[in-house]
Formats: sequence, structure tokens, C-alpha cells
Amino acid sequence: MIGRRGVLLGALAVPLAAAPFAAMAQQFAGTYAPEATPIGEGLWMVRGADEALGFANGGAIANSVIMASDAGAIVVDSGPSLRFGEALAALARRLTGRDVARVYITHLHPDHSFGSGAFPAAEILALPETRAEIERDGSGFSDAMYRMLHGWMAGTEVVLPTAAAGEGAVVFGGRSLRLMALAGHSEGDLAILDDATGTLIAGDLVFHDRAPATPHADFALWQAALDRLAAIPHRQCVPGHGPLCRDGAAIAQTRDWLTWLETALREAVAGGLDMGEAANLPIPARFSRMAAARYELTRSVSHFYPRLEAALFPRIES
Amino acid sequence: MMRKFLTLAMLAAPAAALAQVPPADPLGSPMWEYHAGKLFGHAPVVFDPRVTVALPVLTENQHVLPVTVDARALGEVVRIVIFADLNPIPVAVEYEPLAAQAFLATRIKLDQRTPVRAAVLTADGVWHVAGDWVDAAGGGCSAPPLSRVRGDWADHLGELRGAAWSGADATRVRLSLRHPMDTGLVENIPVYNIDRLTVSDAAGRALARMTIHASVSEDPAFTLMLAPDLSGALAVTARDTGGYDFAGSLGLEGGARIAAMLRQ
Repeated sequence: MIGRRGVLLGALAVPLAAAPFAAMAQQFAGTYAPEATPIGEGLWMVRGADEALGFANGGAIANSVIMASDAGAIVVDSGPSLRFGEALAALARRLTGRDVARVYITHLHPDHSFGSGAFPAAEILALPETRAEIERDGSGFSDAMYRMLHGWMAGTEVVLPTAAAGEGAVVFGGRSLRLMALAGHSEGDLAILDDATGTLIAGDLVFHDRAPATPHADFALWQAALDRLAAIPHRQCVPGHGPLCRDGAAIAQTRDWLTWLETALREAVAGGLDMGEAANLPIPARFSRMAAARYELTRSVSHFYPRLEAALFPRIES
Repeated sequence: MMRKFLTLAMLAAPAAALAQVPPADPLGSPMWEYHAGKLFGHAPVVFDPRVTVALPVLTENQHVLPVTVDARALGEVVRIVIFADLNPIPVAVEYEPLAAQAFLATRIKLDQRTPVRAAVLTADGVWHVAGDWVDAAGGGCSAPPLSRVRGDWADHLGELRGAAWSGADATRVRLSLRHPMDTGLVENIPVYNIDRLTVSDAAGRALARMTIHASVSEDPAFTLMLAPDLSGALAVTARDTGGYDFAGSLGLEGGARIAAMLRQ
């Protein structure tokens, strides 16, 4: 019980109801209708909504990827719920003519990992760090997801990865992938390069025109991971959130935001601002394209502020 | 003395006219009348946009909701009460600004979706109220604090941190104190919280004082605004419900030093 409540801490965002009375009305979950956009030979991107996680979008805010292979379809990130995962499985079958044989989970967060129950016949691979984080935080995430998404979550259970992914080249059903074991957005962030199409599937190490989320972030590790991704030749990048990127802008934008955020938070603490004031700091105009910027800044203040205060403020006991 | 007495008596007349039943709650809280009765008695109450209660656009962490109250647009303020209607411990802080400005920022725990409000008593005896609904996951008051889960709360109990920033309009003081702030609502952990905190000047004169309840977040943090023209170090004293006293000394140059350190 202790751990379960504790992990709600960094876990999820709960949007403040703008219209409190409307929020009390009975709401019913809809039906997921994920759409696939072809982005290369045997390769499709399934776009999430560039929004905060909430009832209106059923939690379907993260991007997923579907790949065809001779050994069956490959899915990267199973989505927020069992029902989403089922819709994704059906979509993959329709596109590739085969059942999903393998699922990669890029990192622990529930908008990427909670649809895994829809793939009982597939191998579900993730970095060992990711598996450990889902074991640690999964039930807390589950509580928060059910609280926010209600019926959308019907039947969803925490499903642990069944096998470990690791750094290195992999050939699956004739499809050649390069896996990169990184960290920074969380303790384990898996990025995948699809060799044939030159597509970098970056998970939440890269956000694009949607502000980065930081509940488990380590700024230094994240920046180092972005350095590595930027150095890998690729033709296009599928970010964890936001549109496909063909010019490197998404990596640069994620780096820019993280650099600005870390500096802004330190300066806010050093300038004597409290958390509420820091959350209301002006966001530079160059980030005006970024969806959910104020929302993610507010979350980031919550994630980092007490630690920064403890690090920067002197002890004053007399 | 006589003059002060007369002024109060004159002000009391229109105030009394406003008194009786509290006004209808714009937030439609089921607990408004109950809390209004307990907190304000028969004193007059108005909902007043001159009191701003800044709340985040979302509750990322129900253990740490930042609340910033600014009532400097009112006249002389005697008391600021921060409370959350539907919390099991509704009142978080009762602040007496004394010589300080009518501004207070802190962080509170939420046990569910609730109105979060500030009630500000001006010297004329009128309570000025503002606030809004805040959505939150459950358990802010009924889950154990992190330091209890880690087991290290006693190792850091009473560690006091802070700094002051001298500005043209005010001396801004930020303080934080390591304390589990146990609510008594967690199995086998009795209530244990900081309950008094006072900031005094170098001459020992109290500048600001507050009563703190267990619904304030673990490791409570406060931002106060004192007069701009202070000299000498500020003294901070606090006491918890276990009778422990905590004391610190806050130089007025601390904030500038942190800012300079960061620029290097």
C-alpha cells in the first residue's frame, strides 16, 4: 500500500477541471480508432493526440509504430489500455496480414506500456531497467489511470515484459533493427533504428511540438542520450509524442526545452520564487508551437523543485 | 489609544451590517456553510477578487499542492487562513502577518478533489475569501510521507533551510524545515507536525507568525514578504507537536549569494 500510493507522486498528471460541475456528470468511454500513416516500406506510425492524458482522449497520447516482418508484425509501444492494445493489434493484422509476434516497450510510462495485455501470443521486450520500473510503479500507475480514464481502462492489467531487450543489432523476420539502451527520460529508454528505412524510433527521449514530460527524468542522462541519437545517421525520427520529424528539428527542440527548463528552474529557486510562481514563469516564444507547454512546466516544477531547493538553499540552524 | 479605539468602533458599524449568514458559495461546496460557521462565526464575509489564490493548472502530486495567496491589495490584514473544504484536516495555515505584507506561499496536502481557499481578515473585522476547485488523486493526507517510507525522517528532523532576497518593495523570505508532518490518518503513525513558526527581527520583535496544521506538506516550505528596509539577521523559531523547538538565523544577503553562485 505504501509503495502504491508513493508512486503516484511522479506518476501522472491530473488535469484541473475547468468546469467543475461538468466534470461531475456521468461520462462514458468511447471506442479507440487508432489510425496508421505509412512512413516507409512495411512501416506505419500511429499518432497519439498531442495533449495531456485525459478522459477525452482515452489516454491515447503516445505514438506507436507498426512494422511488417516475415515472422509477424512488430509493434513499438502498446498504448494506454487493453482496449487500445486490441485496436492496435487488429490494425497491425490488417496492415501486415499477420498477427503481432513481437512488441517493444520503449519505457515504463503507462501511455506507452499499458496495452501489452492485448498481445498474449507475442514476445514483449523491454530493457531490464524498464521491467524493474514497471514492477515498481505499475500498480500506482494503474490506480491513477483508472481514476482518470474510467471505462477506457476496462480489463487493463499491468503486464510485465516477457523478455529483455538490450543494446545491439537484431534481425527479426528479415527486418534488421538496431537497439539502443539509453536513459534520461526514465531509467531505461529504448530507441530503435529500422535499418531498411533509416527510421529512428526514439520513444520519449524525443518530443516534437509537444512539451517533454519529466516525472522520471535525469537532465544530464537525457542530454547525453540526445547527443547519441543526433549522431546516428537517420532519415526520419518517430518521436514519443508529436509528428514525424524529417529534419532533426525534434531532437534539437527537445534538447532546447530541457536546457531551458533546467536553467529556468534553477534560476527560479535562486531568485526566491515559490513553486506556484515558477510554474507561471514566461515560456519563451520559440516554444509557442509546443502543445501542453504550461502543463508540462507545471509538472516539471513539481518533479524538480523541492530537490533544487534542498541543493541550493543554505542550512540556517542556529 | 483612544483614537484607535474610536476608529475600530466606527469601522465596526458597517461591518456588523454585513454580518449574519455567510454569502452563497460561488464554488458550490457542500462544506462551505460548515467551515464558514466555524472559521468566521458571525463576522462579515465577502468573496473578494482582491484576494488572489494562485493554484497550479493541475495537481501533479497530491502530497504537494503549491498555494500562493496575495492579499496585498486589501488594507491592513490581520490574518490569512488557508483551507481546503474537503480535506480531513481542512485548515492548513493560520498566518498573522504582523509587520509582514499580506502574502503567503506554501504547499499543502489534498486528500481528494476539493475547493482550496484563502480567507483574509482585515483590521475592520471583515473576512475576504477567494479560491477555486482543485482536482487531485486521493491519499495526500492518508498515505505516509516519503521520509516515513524511506525511514530517514528522524535523521533530518528540523533541518532548516532558507534565504532572504532584499528588494525595493519587500524582503522576500523563503524557509523550509524538514519534518514528516504526520496527519494521524496513517495507520500506526500518530499526528506529529510543526505547529508554530515565528520570524523575528534582530531586536527580537516578531515580524510574522503562523499556526501550522498537519495538512501542510511534508518538509513544509513558506514564502513570506517582509518590509524592504530590514537590517541584521532574522531569527526563525518553530515548535512541533512533540514539543521540539527549532531555531535558525537568516542573513539578509543569502538570496543574493545563491543567485551569484548560480551565475558563476
